[in-house]
Amino acid sequence: MPKIMSLDELKSLRDNVKNKVDLREKGENVDEMVVIRVAMATCGIASGARDIMNYFADLIREENVNNIVITQSGCMGYCYAEPTVEVTLPGEEPVVYGHVTKEKAKEILDKHIKSGEMVDGIIPVAHKSIDE
Amino acid sequence: MSKYTMHILVCGGTGCISAQSNEIVEQLMFHINEANMSEEVQVLKTGCFGFCEKGPVVKILPDNTFYVQVTPEDAEELVKEHIVKGRKVERLLYVDPTTEEVVSDSKHMDFYKKQMRVALRNCGFIDPDNIEEYIARDGYAALGMALGMTQQEVIDEVKKSGLRGRGGGGFPTGLKWEFAYKNKADQKYVVCNADEGDPGAFMDRSILEGDPHSVVEAMAICGYAIGATKGLVYIRAEYPLAIKRLEKAINDAREYGLLGKDILGSGLEFDIEIKFGAGAFVCGEETALIHSMEGMRGEPTTKPPFPAESGYWEKPTNVNNVETFANIPVIFLKGADWFASIGTEKSKGTKVFALAGKINNVGLIEVPMGITLREVIYDIGGGIKDGKKFKAVQTGGPSGGCLTEKDLDTPIDFDNLLAKGSMMGSGGMIVMDEDNCMPAVAKFYLEFTEEESCGKCTPCRVGTKRLLELLEKITHGKGTMEDVDVLRELSQVIKDTALCGLGQTAPNPILSTLDVFYDEYIAHIKDKKCPAGECSALLQYIINDKCIGCTACARVCPVNCITGTVKQMHVVDQEKCIKCGACMDKCKFKAIIKQ
Repeated sequence: MPKIMSLDELKSLRDNVKNKVDLREKGENVDEMVVIRVAMATCGIASGARDIMNYFADLIREENVNNIVITQSGCMGYCYAEPTVEVTLPGEEPVVYGHVTKEKAKEILDKHIKSGEMVDGIIPVAHKSIDE
Repeated sequence: MSKYTMHILVCGGTGCISAQSNEIVEQLMFHINEANMSEEVQVLKTGCFGFCEKGPVVKILPDNTFYVQVTPEDAEELVKEHIVKGRKVERLLYVDPTTEEVVSDSKHMDFYKKQMRVALRNCGFIDPDNIEEYIARDGYAALGMALGMTQQEVIDEVKKSGLRGRGGGGFPTGLKWEFAYKNKADQKYVVCNADEGDPGAFMDRSILEGDPHSVVEAMAICGYAIGATKGLVYIRAEYPLAIKRLEKAINDAREYGLLGKDILGSGLEFDIEIKFGAGAFVCGEETALIHSMEGMRGEPTTKPPFPAESGYWEKPTNVNNVETFANIPVIFLKGADWFASIGTEKSKGTKVFALAGKINNVGLIEVPMGITLREVIYDIGGGIKDGKKFKAVQTGGPSGGCLTEKDLDTPIDFDNLLAKGSMMGSGGMIVMDEDNCMPAVAKFYLEFTEEESCGKCTPCRVGTKRLLELLEKITHGKGTMEDVDVLRELSQVIKDTALCGLGQTAPNPILSTLDVFYDEYIAHIKDKKCPAGECSALLQYIINDKCIGCTACARVCPVNCITGTVKQMHVVDQEKCIKCGACMDKCKFKAIIKQ
């Protein structure tokens, strides 16, 4: 590690390492965050859930959206529709999308999360989050 | 960019480590590897979460789940259920004792609701061994800001914040810095007093274990402000973990160019050295501390001259306590006005307390100044253990005094506590219930100060010894009313004549308990009774009519003071009885009572 020689260098280092604690800072206020939960059981991973999760992470970083946390869950039971993604807006009921592709992920972020407009692909069940 | 989507924070404070938190970390890592999720889940060891009563604590983020009293054996279930399947492990969640509801998010726990973490802002949040995590939390940015100001501006900012010394005295920190700044010399020193010695206090240790960089950064700011190039941390050798983390922090800061020569390209030179103390209580006194660092006996000298004028090697020296330093970076990041908006008129900011004794939630808390004792003991502390009655709380350790029921609604700050005959001290709070005998409590503290007196001045060396003898006489039921007068008079003389803070405050527990619990002293002297039932010399073991004459007690008595024939009620000869209690333990019929 080269020495930090100025305040600007300190600031740029801080921006680079910010993500180390970002998740924790958001987690402290998880009630006010949009939670994207990707099902990461064997069935999900086999259908590409890990790629989808990483893609969400990249998208959020690129577009610099600060009110989202991405996390994972076990099998939600919709193995036929993997990868599945559960989206919870603050104070709202969770919504589950099935057969999520990268294109769908982008659409979910742009429409559902940013403007509250639901998109096709919702699994139409009275889904309850496991936290409840 | 790290791809971690979950963080598991495990408390790595001394308390939780002794409850196997290192093994928990190992087991969690092992099972996460097994589940093939080491790329998504990060396991970290942090500083103290404060909720020591329920330790070891494990917190999982981002869903902010707070697990309590976790064992290494629970790690597998935590990984398989919470991490892999996303289901919370209900049996390890905190249960609110009053509502009996499960609370999974620490924000909703009574213990945390009224707390405000400033000095402890990073404890239980970052990995203390990782400087980058501290930098990510705006670490060293305050140093950068200070370097852009003049020395006087830095001092004025600290003065404006209203920060007062957290080691016990409550002296305005900015003023102290200004004295050291104004004294011209070729060399000056910044000293951090980490010689935390009060029985039951662990605030400073927890800060150094959980967020050592905040102290390193603050010392550098102070070094710039007063014009010192050398810093020293005086820490007791019995804090090995705090020392290890502090050493790592200092080395990392050097490597990143945040200590050493030309810090952040400003030309500032500052470096820190650690000095070990052997754990003598008197070395918390700043002049004794300085002598100890110089390799002399840890004995105090009269002030003036104050260290700001002539301290370490007779150079201007600024001594601040760990918690005081930990507040400094925040004052620059959030502004002196922000800091001054917290607290009461004359006591600004927050205070860290170590809650101990007969209280449900033993632990480390940080609350805004001005909170009431009732809120601390009942809301945060969860009330008295086993539903017993609250009697008193000792603040300020061996230098402080007792606060009782009638003081429960007093806002806690430096001046209010002094007015009530106690003091803020460094932040130890020992809670006592109806079973604690107050003359015995005073005796406990005098035993401590008598042993810790350095012996340099007569009032303290001989005076504390005589005070202790009087208290022993009283608690053994041999005291007279004259003894009480002597206690009072001698206490006052010691207060007025002792050389340093140790002696001057040593009689406080006696004066305070005499004031508030005078009737207990009277009961010991006149009735030869200990109302709380703690002083064994004043207790009698009496056999009642539940006795069936089994002879078990007579056989176990080491001094053969129990007599009686088989199948007849037995009797204890009070003259011969040594009050060992062996008979009471042996009796199967609850026929022996202690009163």
